[in-house]
Amino acid sequence: MEFIDYYNILEIQKTATEADIKAAYRKLARKYHPDLNPNDENAKKKFQQINEANEVLSDPEKRKKYDKYGKDWKHADEFEKANQQQSQSRSNDGGQQSYGSSGGDFSGDFSEFFESMYGSGAGGRSKQTKFRGQDLSAELHLNLMDVYKSQQQTLTVNGKNIRLTIPAGVENGQVIKIAGHGAPGANGGPNGDLYITFTIANHPKFKREGSNLYATVDLDLYTALLGGDLQVDTLDGKVKLKVAPETQGNTKVKLKGKGFPVYKKEGEFGDLYITYNVKLPTNLTEKEKESLTELSKLRANGN
Amino acid sequence: METRDLILIEHFCNNHGIEFSFIDSLQTFGLIEVIIQEEQKYLQQDQLIEVEKMMRMHYDLDINMEGIDVISHLLKRINYLQQELIVTQNKLRLFVGED
Repeated sequence: MEFIDYYNILEIQKTATEADIKAAYRKLARKYHPDLNPNDENAKKKFQQINEANEVLSDPEKRKKYDKYGKDWKHADEFEKANQQQSQSRSNDGGQQSYGSSGGDFSGDFSEFFESMYGSGAGGRSKQTKFRGQDLSAELHLNLMDVYKSQQQTLTVNGKNIRLTIPAGVENGQVIKIAGHGAPGANGGPNGDLYITFTIANHPKFKREGSNLYATVDLDLYTALLGGDLQVDTLDGKVKLKVAPETQGNTKVKLKGKGFPVYKKEGEFGDLYITYNVKLPTNLTEKEKESLTELSKLRANGN
Repeated sequence: METRDLILIEHFCNNHGIEFSFIDSLQTFGLIEVIIQEEQKYLQQDQLIEVEKMMRMHYDLDINMEGIDVISHLLKRINYLQQELIVTQNKLRLFVGED
């Protein structure tokens, strides 16, 4: 736990007046407020610091204590303990680490430094939910195969189990709103919503772009030259392909409907594009070399 | 079923301790839609996120209506660009791992 320089955070002098503090806070809040910086974690953290600095410096009592003990805050804590009984129990109620609040009030998160000086209940003033509940956000990390078919999953958010269907074809980075599953509202206000952001890992074999899949398949020299059958993997099982004679390297073949499911369009699939990677033989035997030399001569003679 | 999704503006304002004129101004600027039923004014529940956001801009950050109007347009633009960015990043993933 480190000392936090609240004056520095608000970019003001120690001699700043209440009006200076208010103006500095508003100026920085306008820059970093999460409402104005959607999906920006750095801005959110910065805003929390600004909020905390303002919480301390705009309150004459808190500011006095902060100024008095400043960097000696550890002793301040001991001193204060002698005077008042502080409940130091921090609620650590097992919320999953991937869940957090988003939108709405941001005044709830204070640093350990703040809490050690003012207690865990000192922040937030009157910023509790007054009406609509706070939105919650969660990140769900899945593999490509997890979203190949729609599946039901139960998530635990703030101790409540939420059963949801993850539709096939969800995109990496896509956000799904689960209405009413955020924090409860107050005074008859509606609950907040739960926002789930999907992070989908790359597949080792198949690359995805929307509902199309791309894969590279090795093709041996002789099949490429003379044509033949080739078995290739799709997400749906193996498929037999007819390779045309004299197939060039990097030729692309489209397998219609063998791609990824189209989001929210049941039974509709994108295409799978196979790129042939012609593999040249290595470790040639003497006999192979002789035959290839013969072949090259045939070519050189214009055949 | 429909009225359950409507929030009485008076109730909303009382809970947040804000003046009704603020909601009126938002409506005048075309930022929200107010629904009138039996002489009572309502907001649609799915508008609350935006209304509360604009409320914070006004009361916490001291931004006037013109500013809120501009910011709302820019936030829509940011949202659109962020979606575009995700699509573009997903396209770039096609080339990850290739030489």
